Amino acid sequence: VLHSDRHSQPNSRAFAIIVNGRAVDATDAMSVAAALMRAGIPCRTSVRGEPRAALCAMGICFECAATVDGVPLCRTCQVPCREGMEIVTA
Amino acid sequence: MSAALRVVVVGAGPAGMAAATIAAECGCQVRLLDENPAPGGQIWRNYDAEAARQSPHRREFTAWMTRLQASGGVCEAGSSVVDCPSANVLRVERDGHWFDVAWDRLIVATGARERFLPFPGWTLPGVMGAGAVQALAKSGLPVAGKTIVVAGSGPLLLAVAAFLNRAGAGIAGVFEQAAPLRLARLAATLAAHPHKLLEGAHFRWQLRAAQYKSGWWVKRAEGRERLESVVVTNGRAEREIACDLLACGFHLVPNLELAQLLGCRIESGLVAVNAVQETSIRGVYCAGEPTGIGGLDKALVEGEIAGLAAAGRLSEAARKLPRRQSLRRFAQNLDRAFALRAELRALSTAETIVCRCEDVTRGELEACATGRAARLHTRCGMGPCQARICGPATEFLFGWTVASARPPLYPARIRTLAGDDPHSAPVAASDTQPMP
Repeated sequence: VLHSDRHSQPNSRAFAIIVNGRAVDATDAMSVAAALMRAGIPCRTSVRGEPRAALCAMGICFECAATVDGVPLCRTCQVPCREGMEIVTA
Repeated sequence: MSAALRVVVVGAGPAGMAAATIAAECGCQVRLLDENPAPGGQIWRNYDAEAARQSPHRREFTAWMTRLQASGGVCEAGSSVVDCPSANVLRVERDGHWFDVAWDRLIVATGARERFLPFPGWTLPGVMGAGAVQALAKSGLPVAGKTIVVAGSGPLLLAVAAFLNRAGAGIAGVFEQAAPLRLARLAATLAAHPHKLLEGAHFRWQLRAAQYKSGWWVKRAEGRERLESVVVTNGRAEREIACDLLACGFHLVPNLELAQLLGCRIESGLVAVNAVQETSIRGVYCAGEPTGIGGLDKALVEGEIAGLAAAGRLSEAARKLPRRQSLRRFAQNLDRAFALRAELRALSTAETIVCRCEDVTRGELEACATGRAARLHTRCGMGPCQARICGPATEFLFGWTVASARPPLYPARIRTLAGDDPHSAPVAASDTQPMP
């Protein structure tokens, strides 16, 4: 599935994470924010209803905040993917 | 015999790693806290990964990491400092639990973040910071085959573009807002730091196929649900460039929040320190970007000085002062070279969102006389980032400054703030061994 990514992540292990109930490709060398951006899924919807994705990628801006395994407002750029992890974007 | 001095270092970038290592080598009991998943800070992010083998400064990172592990200093990654509940105590959240950390000496090495400026379209998915695209690529985002425009300001732009180019991305252009003359003046001052000049030249060589333009900036980003193209300008001509990602950051701003919460004196937007990195608060030291944006070398020497000083080795610390002074001059030269041009104030329109957490537009902010009024009337800066993104922008646009920080430094759980049900966090050996 992640053949094109193997070049940059030689020893990573591929699996799926669950985003809004749907399986999304990920590896253990990916942050959740990276997996979401790779799949073209926004991390959150803004106050006015705009789709938003990672801006700073270093845990500052909260644009990549989503619910991870039931914990709301997680900065997904700081969270490594784990197999079967459940993400809910709002 | 008295117990070993407890030295707590916040931030495991170069400054924090150097400070923690040296203080531990001097016999202090050291805990190094960092909110990122692994040590290294931004410049050394994911340097323990296989893919970082080709990265510049890799050897320096490995040397410090090895030395830190041998020093007995304990690195606790994934740990966010959220509060200072009492004197000489930090409250830390990790994996949804909290614990308090007591210190005899505290070293603040919280680094810097990118400065973001609002322009039409900057909230579209696919518009990110320059360092941000690099960080996300290091965190597993595949960029091979993607078309990326790099823009904004600062020495980071070339480094990021070169990194993305090595990773297989197509760099559709690097647009530095600073005028060519300012960059030429900066280059002339670099005789004292020839390796920096060499590194810049090396990046330019790697990017020889891509256009590099100084005196150009992004005017707007376009796209429906996500970024599709950007328009760049030099104030006279305009060009539209189709792209997948825009990597756009306007140099760096220091992370001052912890220092502010501790009550450290801030001067001209930087943490004020004496010759051995001690702040206005006794026993609290600061090293690296919060004392002036100067990059890796300045961070390392300031970290070494702070580590020595915290351990009481003042004369050894003082011997490093000349090198620190030279690197501080370099930092000031960077500030001058990459000062923001006035035209950037006019990029955002009345409809452009400035505060992304609360979706407050420039038009709404212009109706407010002060930053305080804007917070009260529009909630600008009151969202989860706590003005870390819009604060530097409104300072540039309107001259509003964020004078203080209030706890929690990050959105924290209620039981963390209340101090209920503490998690006795044992210092796990695995925390210190992020590297194979």
